[in-house]
Amino acid sequence: MSTLQVLWFVLIGVLFSGFFFLEGFDFGVGMSIQTLAHNEKEKDQLVATIGPVWDGNEVWLITAGGAMFASYPFWYSTLFSGYYLILFIILAGLIIRGVSFEFRSKVPEGQKQLWNWALSLGSLLVPFFFGIMFISLIQGMPIDASGDMRARFGDYFNLFSLVGGVALTLMSYLHGLNYIALKTTGPVRQRAKNYAKFLYGIFYVGLLAFAALLYFKTDFFARHLTTSVIFVLLIVVLTLCANIAVFKGHELGAFLASGGTFIALVALLFTGLFPRVMISSVNAKYDLLITTASSSPYTLKIMTYIALSFLPFVLAYIAWTYYIFRKRIKHTSALENKY
Amino acid sequence: MSIVSLARFQFAMTTIYHFFFVPFSIGLALVVAIMETAYIVTKKKEYLKMTKFWGNIFLLSFAVGVVTGIIQEFQFGMNWSDYSRFVGDIFGAPLALEALLAFFMESTFLGLWIFTWDMVNPKLHAVFIWLVTFASMISALWILAANSFMQHPVGYSIKNGHAVMTDFKALLTNPQLWYEFSHVIAGAIVTGGAVVAGLAAFRLLKKKVESPAFYKKSLKIGLVVTLFGSIAVLTAGDLQMKALVREQPMKFAATEGLYKDTGDPAAWTLIAWANENQHKRIWGVDLPYVLSILAYDKPSGAVQGLNSVNKQLVKKYGARNYYPPVNAVFWSFRIMAGFGTLMLLVSLLGLILARKKKQLLYKQRWMLWVLGLCTFAPFLANTAGWLVTELGRYPWTVYGLFTIKQSVSPNVSVASLLTSNIIYFLLFTGLAITMVSLIVREMRKGPDHDESLSEQEKKDQQVDPFDKGAFE
Ligand code: HDD
Ligand code: HEM
Ligand code: HEM
Repeated sequence: MSTLQVLWFVLIGVLFSGFFFLEGFDFGVGMSIQTLAHNEKEKDQLVATIGPVWDGNEVWLITAGGAMFASYPFWYSTLFSGYYLILFIILAGLIIRGVSFEFRSKVPEGQKQLWNWALSLGSLLVPFFFGIMFISLIQGMPIDASGDMRARFGDYFNLFSLVGGVALTLMSYLHGLNYIALKTTGPVRQRAKNYAKFLYGIFYVGLLAFAALLYFKTDFFARHLTTSVIFVLLIVVLTLCANIAVFKGHELGAFLASGGTFIALVALLFTGLFPRVMISSVNAKYDLLITTASSSPYTLKIMTYIALSFLPFVLAYIAWTYYIFRKRIKHTSALENKY
Repeated sequence: MSIVSLARFQFAMTTIYHFFFVPFSIGLALVVAIMETAYIVTKKKEYLKMTKFWGNIFLLSFAVGVVTGIIQEFQFGMNWSDYSRFVGDIFGAPLALEALLAFFMESTFLGLWIFTWDMVNPKLHAVFIWLVTFASMISALWILAANSFMQHPVGYSIKNGHAVMTDFKALLTNPQLWYEFSHVIAGAIVTGGAVVAGLAAFRLLKKKVESPAFYKKSLKIGLVVTLFGSIAVLTAGDLQMKALVREQPMKFAATEGLYKDTGDPAAWTLIAWANENQHKRIWGVDLPYVLSILAYDKPSGAVQGLNSVNKQLVKKYGARNYYPPVNAVFWSFRIMAGFGTLMLLVSLLGLILARKKKQLLYKQRWMLWVLGLCTFAPFLANTAGWLVTELGRYPWTVYGLFTIKQSVSPNVSVASLLTSNIIYFLLFTGLAITMVSLIVREMRKGPDHDESLSEQEKKDQQVDPFDKGAFE
């Protein structure tokens, strides 16, 4: 196993973490449109919190996919063809959600509700099915000698993967609520906090179930006891921190902590998989490994040079954007008069 | 139905759909950037209005462009997993770099452009749209690098049955890439120009249009852009044609509908129809000498026909059917080149008629109709162009190395593919309807929408969170 292989394995993990951290709150805000906002003006206010950044956040996913294709073509091929329908639903979710930002601001009043629903529904489907995908993946899937996965319904949808799907959706929702509390003024800000306080209670139950199922359904603890325990604990601790921060009114702290749980989760999954990238439930011989699924050393080297020279610029202008849009989205009293 | 044909159908449907919006976005971004720059330079309010008005249309196209692009990125793995395994070492890199070097820039600066109208210095604001334009062209460069490798593989070797990259520079100096890139970007510029000119012409056809001066000016800018773009697209296309004679004689013969080798000098076929099963031309109209000139820049030289190229390919790559769908390729080429020539002439004529003194253009309703209908021409030409390129490559996905049949995911079921095809189709139809109706709506609102609002409405707008007030 070469350094570059490990580097790209880590980098893919980093890209997925970045995606969930950033797009996670977009999904949460998206779901909030139909659950948290009470009127059209509040919905506009919520959408405005992510308007300038959601597309950039989505690019983390595109980059993760591209990086996987470039550095682990065999992983990309097995994963994407094996999860055909799941990814298709994710794509459909991303589509209806992606266009609704533009459409809802331009359609006649009467149709606006349709695109509000599209935005919310899309934001719900995507994290849920990503949860299903990642959590079924770590349990091992029927991958044959040629690396093709031919899975049945029960391989995708079982108790653990459903818990994973719900957990990821809930995490995104909570992260979105924390973001709303951080980025708005007025009634939605308070309401977001109240929702979060309530939902954290439920989330602990999910976490407990998740940890237990992880123990029974995967080989993570048998193979990587230390890291698995550390990252599970980290998820719990970060959740507690976020919860406490919500109660104390530390909005930035809550937001960062709930974002951190995504990073800890991806770290848990990736360290648990190591040194595999896909687990075969048919025969351990058919596991896809870091050593065998990757691109050639030459390709990895080229990619590393380019990525390392340009990544700082990309991160710099993304950070600058968040700085430009650092102000809260106001709730103006005039907003209420109309309704 | 086989998985290969369903996967091919899906690829064709989703990329063609994506590529309606790609040149629309790239071209319009450029036009909008030019308009905003004109505003910065002249400080005239009308350019600012133009920027905002056409910018709204651009944003609609961009939104659909983005969501259909994600499908593209995923479907190589989903539908073409064996292909992805075969070329991933080479093909993945440009895709990853496209995301890293172009998409981040595109999406971030677009976000800034949309939401910082009253927050930053106007010059900086204009820089944002130029960066978006630049990034969208860079994204085209990377994806076309991937496509050019498929058309003309370079910088690789085959190891354990997989293509492995040996020379990254070769990927970027691939002559095919630079032909494709200039041609596609020129095509996008034509698209941007023709859309602005055409939609403005439709408005001018209305009996009572509120601000005719606004549309006249837009129309003119659109025509200038179309003219430049058309010249560039024809020049690049001509070079590509000559490259095809050398690199992919099969595709070239198909674009010309030639089964038999031509004599010397070669005659060019204006129109024709072939019986593809019998490998025979049924009828056609020929113009002497022209093909020699097109292929070699001189009135002599023969061109190989499909039959003899097929024999060569059989010898080189083994027994297989190498005939592409000749009629489709032949007619796609005629559509593309025909509309290209048409748009060149129309934009030229339009500009002549629009000259200052007489302004004949705006009185000639028929000419406005022609311009209006030309809105659709670049879309047809772009699609036809890709059909030539991609269908003409038959039976390869990577020319000379890997076939379409080998490429498909073996583990995806007919049912899955059928489901996704149907839902994509419905989704795309819905999006297209919404999108077109929104463009019509924006056109009807007109550029003076902001000013014509009642006082109360204005007040409401003030508190719109998208407005500057909300950020204070
Ligand atoms: C010649 C240009 C060109 C071509 C051939 C393609 N695209 Fe594209 N693509 C663009 C030019 C472009 C663009 C101009 O950059 C878009 C269109 C509108 C937009 O928003 O960005 C875009 C958007 C876009 C996005 C969304 C980016 C975002 O979220 O900002 C993805 C993931 C792709 N494309 C991927 C692909 C793939 C995998 C293709 C190969 C089949 C492909 N595109 C063909
Ligand atoms: C956006 C512009 C594009 C359009 C409109 C387009 C269109 C098409 C069409 C019509 C086919 C033929 C389908 C068939 O044979 O039935 C095809 C095939 C294909 N194209 Fe493109 N294409 C585009 C860009 C690309 C790019 C940029 C790539 C690669 C990076 C690519 C890769 C492929 C592959 C893998 C196939 C194989 C499937 C097949 O041949 O059937 N295409 N494309
Ligand atoms: C007389 C004018 C034109 C000529 C001679 C011409 C020539 C060509 C040729 C030979 C190809 C196939 C290249 C290959 O397979 O490698 C092509 C492809 C293409 N054409 Fe044209 N073209 C013309 C006009 C246009 C116009 C007006 C547009 C759009 C506005 C356009 C858009 C495209 C596109 C998008 C492709 C596919 C991408 C590519 O291979 O570059 N073309 N053209």
